Order: sequence, then C-alpha cells, then structure tokens
Amino acid sequence: MAYDTFTVLTSTAVPLPIENVDTDQIIPARFLKATERKGFGDNLFRDWRYNNDESPKKDFVLNNPIYSGKILVGGTNFGSGSSREHAAWAIYDYGFRCVVSSFFADIFKGNAINVGILPVQVSEAFLVQIFKAIEADPATSITVDLNAQTIKLAATGATESFTINGYKKNNLINGFDDIDYLQAMKEDIKAFATTHSI
Amino acid sequence: MWEQNFPIKYFKKISMSNKPSTLFDKVWDAHVVRKIEDGPDVFFIDRHFIHEVTSPVAFLGLESRGIDVMFPDCTFATADHNTPTINQHLPVADPLSANQLQALERNSAKYGISHWGLGDPKNGIVHVVGPENGITLPGMTIVCGDSHTSTHGAFGAIAFGIGTSEVEMVLSSQCIMQPKPKKMRINVNGQLGKAVTPKDVTLYIIAQLTTAGATGYFVEYAGDVFEKMSMEGRMTVCNMSIEMGARGGMIAPDETTFKYINGREKAPKGAAWDKALAYWKTLKTDAGASFDKEYNFEAADIEPMITYGTNPGMGMGISKHIPKATDLAGGVATYEKSLKYMGFEEDQLMIGKKVDYVFIGSCTNGRIEDFRAFASIVKGRKKADHITAWIVPGSHIVEAQIKEEGILDILTEAGFLLRQPGCSACLAMNDDKIPAGKYAVSTSNRNFEGRQGPGSRTLLASPYVAAAAAVTGVVTDPREFL
Repeated sequence: MAYDTFTVLTSTAVPLPIENVDTDQIIPARFLKATERKGFGDNLFRDWRYNNDESPKKDFVLNNPIYSGKILVGGTNFGSGSSREHAAWAIYDYGFRCVVSSFFADIFKGNAINVGILPVQVSEAFLVQIFKAIEADPATSITVDLNAQTIKLAATGATESFTINGYKKNNLINGFDDIDYLQAMKEDIKAFATTHSI
Repeated sequence: MWEQNFPIKYFKKISMSNKPSTLFDKVWDAHVVRKIEDGPDVFFIDRHFIHEVTSPVAFLGLESRGIDVMFPDCTFATADHNTPTINQHLPVADPLSANQLQALERNSAKYGISHWGLGDPKNGIVHVVGPENGITLPGMTIVCGDSHTSTHGAFGAIAFGIGTSEVEMVLSSQCIMQPKPKKMRINVNGQLGKAVTPKDVTLYIIAQLTTAGATGYFVEYAGDVFEKMSMEGRMTVCNMSIEMGARGGMIAPDETTFKYINGREKAPKGAAWDKALAYWKTLKTDAGASFDKEYNFEAADIEPMITYGTNPGMGMGISKHIPKATDLAGGVATYEKSLKYMGFEEDQLMIGKKVDYVFIGSCTNGRIEDFRAFASIVKGRKKADHITAWIVPGSHIVEAQIKEEGILDILTEAGFLLRQPGCSACLAMNDDKIPAGKYAVSTSNRNFEGRQGPGSRTLLASPYVAAAAAVTGVVTDPREFL
C-alpha cells in the first residue's frame, strides 16, 4: 500500500545545499522510539531546526517562511547512513513528496519510493541551476513529471530527464506496492523455498 | 519440507554456466525467485534479524493487511538499540523505550519468532549475536532493518540493511524486491604495521573512497590482509562497508570461517556439516571473473586511523594534520561546516587534542578481540581522571569471555567499569549520550553530527586508539604503548 499516487507535481521547493545529509540529521535516533508511523515530521531535521531550548534556529531553511513547498532539494549524497525508514517518514509527514539531489544513498532511495516519495536524481550542473533559481526567486516552481521522467524549472524552462526503473515507476503512478506484489506470488516463493533445501 | 530442515539450511544451487563468476554473483543468483523486466529481482532471504526500533511498524502493517509471517523460523529478534547498559534487571525507566521492547516481545510471541530480550543470556547486539550463535552462515542472504547488517558478509554471506517496509516484506513473504548492485573488489595486500587493526584498515579504505565512494556497489574484500584476519576483524571491516555507501561487503569463507562456525549452537552438525562445508568451499570468486570497479591498497600505507570530521570518510592517519578543504574533493562550505561543528581547524594536528569520553563497544568493535586489544594497553595503567569511559560488550557471551579471560580484572584495576550489552553510545538512543560539545574517542561506526547525543563530537578509531586516549586523556598514538 503506497501512500499516494505520484504523477505530476508542480511546487515551489525548499533548498538545502548541504552535502552528505545523513539520516541521523533527517531524524535523530532519540526520536525513533515510536511504535507507530505518526508525527515524525515534527522532528524532521530536529537538531538543525531547533536550539537546545526548543526555540527555532532562525538561519535554518525550514524556519524561513520564504521557503515552502512539496519538493526538497538537497546536496549530493542525500540520505547516507542509517537504514531508518523513519527518515523517509519524517520527510513525507512534513509534507514533501519529492526529494531532488545529484546523488542518493541506496537505502534511503529505496525507502523513499516505498513510502511514496519520488527521489529525483539530477546532474550536478542541473542541481546548481535549481539552487540558483530558488535563490533568485523562492516563489519559483519546479515541475516533476514522473510519466515523462522529466524535471523542469519554471524560471528558466531548463529541463532534465531522470531515470527510474519501470516497475517502481508503475508502482508510484498507480499506488501499488511491493508487499501486494509479493503476496500475489506467495505460492511461487514457497515452491522456491522448497527447492532451496538439500 | 523446507521449514522442517531449519536450522540446517544452505544452498545447493550453483551457477550452471562455465563463465568465471564472482562470490557475490554465486550467492545472489542462487536467491533470485523472479527477475522483473526493468525492475528489481524478487530476492529470497534466508535469515532475517529484527530489533525493537525498526520492526514495530512492520508488524502493524501485517495486522492492517491481515497477513501472516510466512517462515517465522527464519526471523530472529533481539533487543539492543534502546536498552540500558546498567541495571538491566530493573524495569526500563524510559516509558517509550519500554514500550518498544514490549512491542518486540509481544510481536515475536504472537508470530512464533524466537526472541532474545533484555536479560536473556543470548541477548546482545544483533550483529554480534547472529554470528556467535551460528545463525550466520556462508552463502546465505541476510537482512535486518539496520544498515550495519553488512557485518555478516564476513562469512561470505550477502547481508545488508533494509527499511521497515522491507522488514514487512520479509516477514510476510521471505523476499524483498532488490535491484542487483554493481560489483566492486577491494584488495589489500602486505603486512599491517604495529597497532594497525581491522578498524584502521576499514577507516583507511573509506577515507580513500569517501563516504559515498561505493554507493551502488556490493564489495568483495580480497587479498592477504583479509585472508590473515580473524573473523572478528573481518566482521569489523564488513560492518563499515555501508560507511562508504556500499550496501554490503563480503569475504570468501575459508578455514578461519569454518573453524569459527564449527560447533556453534545453530550451525550444521554431523553429516549436514560435511555437506555444508563442501558447498561453502565453492564460495569464492573464480579466476578471471570481472568486477565493475577494483581498488588495490598496500597494507604498509595504513597507520592507526582517527576521524576529524562529521562523516566516516573524514579520517586520516593519527599522526597527520587535518587536511585543507582545497586539498579535498567536495564542497568547501560543507567541509567548513563540518570542522566548525567539531571545533577543529584545517592543518591542525590531532595528536594531543583533549578527549572527554571514551566508548568501546558497538557492532563494529564490541567483540572479544576488541576488549583484548583495549586491555593490552590499559593493563598496568590508570584511566585518566577527567575521562568518562563506557565499556560495553556486544553480547552476554562477550561479557562472559571478558570475565573468563581476566580482562575484567585488568579494567577494574585501571579504574574502568564494565557495562551490560547493547548498542549504547553508538547511536545514543538510551541514556548513554555524550554531552554537547564534548569529544569522544569511539570505536563505533559513525561520527555524524549529534550521532552520540545532541552536539556530541565523535572521533572514530580502533580499540587501541580508544585505550590510549582513555589512559592519557588526549588523542595519543597507540604505537607508543605497544
């Protein structure tokens, strides 16, 4: 059960031009104690977002009302480190549906798709263009078209295509998920398990 | 029946092709249930470990879909991330932690999954207890909702971390949907220098490749440095594979591997052992097999290592100066942010820097060999007065070894306290948190901002470097003591 379908998203974007954003920054370990998938957005980027006394850090982008939107744009190697899916849950729960970067860590990328967030990998040059466009005009929009596999900047009209495997693309467009797929082939899996023994 | 054969399970499927193939290909290809065109492989999982933090939502998913656990015998639960490391006989004080531990116990009981909870003699860090109980075997596929599952690759298994959605997949279908990674081989040959441990080898490799240098790849470690390494050392190296972005790393099983496994509780016995052994001996990369990327390093180039920044790729020989941003690949702003967080400057020496905390433990360096190394330096010396040291065994079995071998006496004599097993200050989910601004020399795996507690500053290193810092109170070259 994916949580949303994803087809075309046009939105303003939140820039986070930092490299190697690890999942401990996205959601620190001390906020992983829940037994339900609820409320993780409140602690998204907790230690970058809040001071020790819980007051917001003024210089952090999520606390700057100029920036908003459903697209988060991060520096290269986004989502490295821990496999905690809570990182993807926090990003989703905060309201993002798409993360753009020039490079993603493997586990994060998989987790993102599994919770209905589209990770869009662009070239380093295009990433620079995105950051520049947002800096010039925080109200500028970006359009991500999953069907066409393109990302387009309204400001300049610049467009780049991105890759995603056909199976996962189909899942996101239709709101299908892997667990349904695997349930549908349970008998094949059981048969495979039997041939696996000696 | 497949289920009835548990736990003596291994795989007869080997490549039918005469083409030379890699260890990774042999194990991967034997586990593909279905190949999806322009999609992932439906990938069969032999062993699944779960812990209290990344499993509860997966069990909720099963409930909401009304589906069952397919092969409960293939999943093992242990509590480790959230557990206290003192007074484990008392109720867990933090209600949220207690709730997660209870959820693991309840879910395991409900679905018939074996569960090693707090206080169980088999309890410990998931990547320590799997191997020491003979659950981890060559040729297997092993997953867990924890990125350091790569540890089990030391046995010639394909082992890697997964997200909670995938935990639900494995519980419900014993499979995940995984695109096959590319293949990388890292060869290290020659003689390691004095006080250079497996941890230094892996920190050196990660510093060379960077924190994202192996993303998209699965690594095979080869060369005589790994051939001569103990299983504990191989686990340390494979454990850290994720810190350069690799999903996992593996080492071909050999006599060292077989000797380690033989006689462990869940390892095959008798005729089954002989048959397993014959199969395990085929698990190596054939001459002429090709890799997408290959690196060669010389053992002699590796010093005792230490990290100075906020990702594990920011490491260097302990005697060196902190690099200048302009000498490194990557963005200057990110590098400067990192050094500022650490309170360091470019071109400074690490030697002599004041340390506040020392942590030895974790799935990286929480095994008996690590405590032997630590004890070899602190023996006959005293803990520096201002140092707070957390000495945390990876499991009760390791804890018992520490006592049996007289290491506890050495630690006590030197002014150290031995704590109880768990992940502890590696990720600081329990009370073992390094305070803001303080420096910790830590044998764990990640030096990310706040990893060991909000505002904490982590210097990753080997048990020798940790011991040298614990007795001197500053960053010290351990070669002085050996």
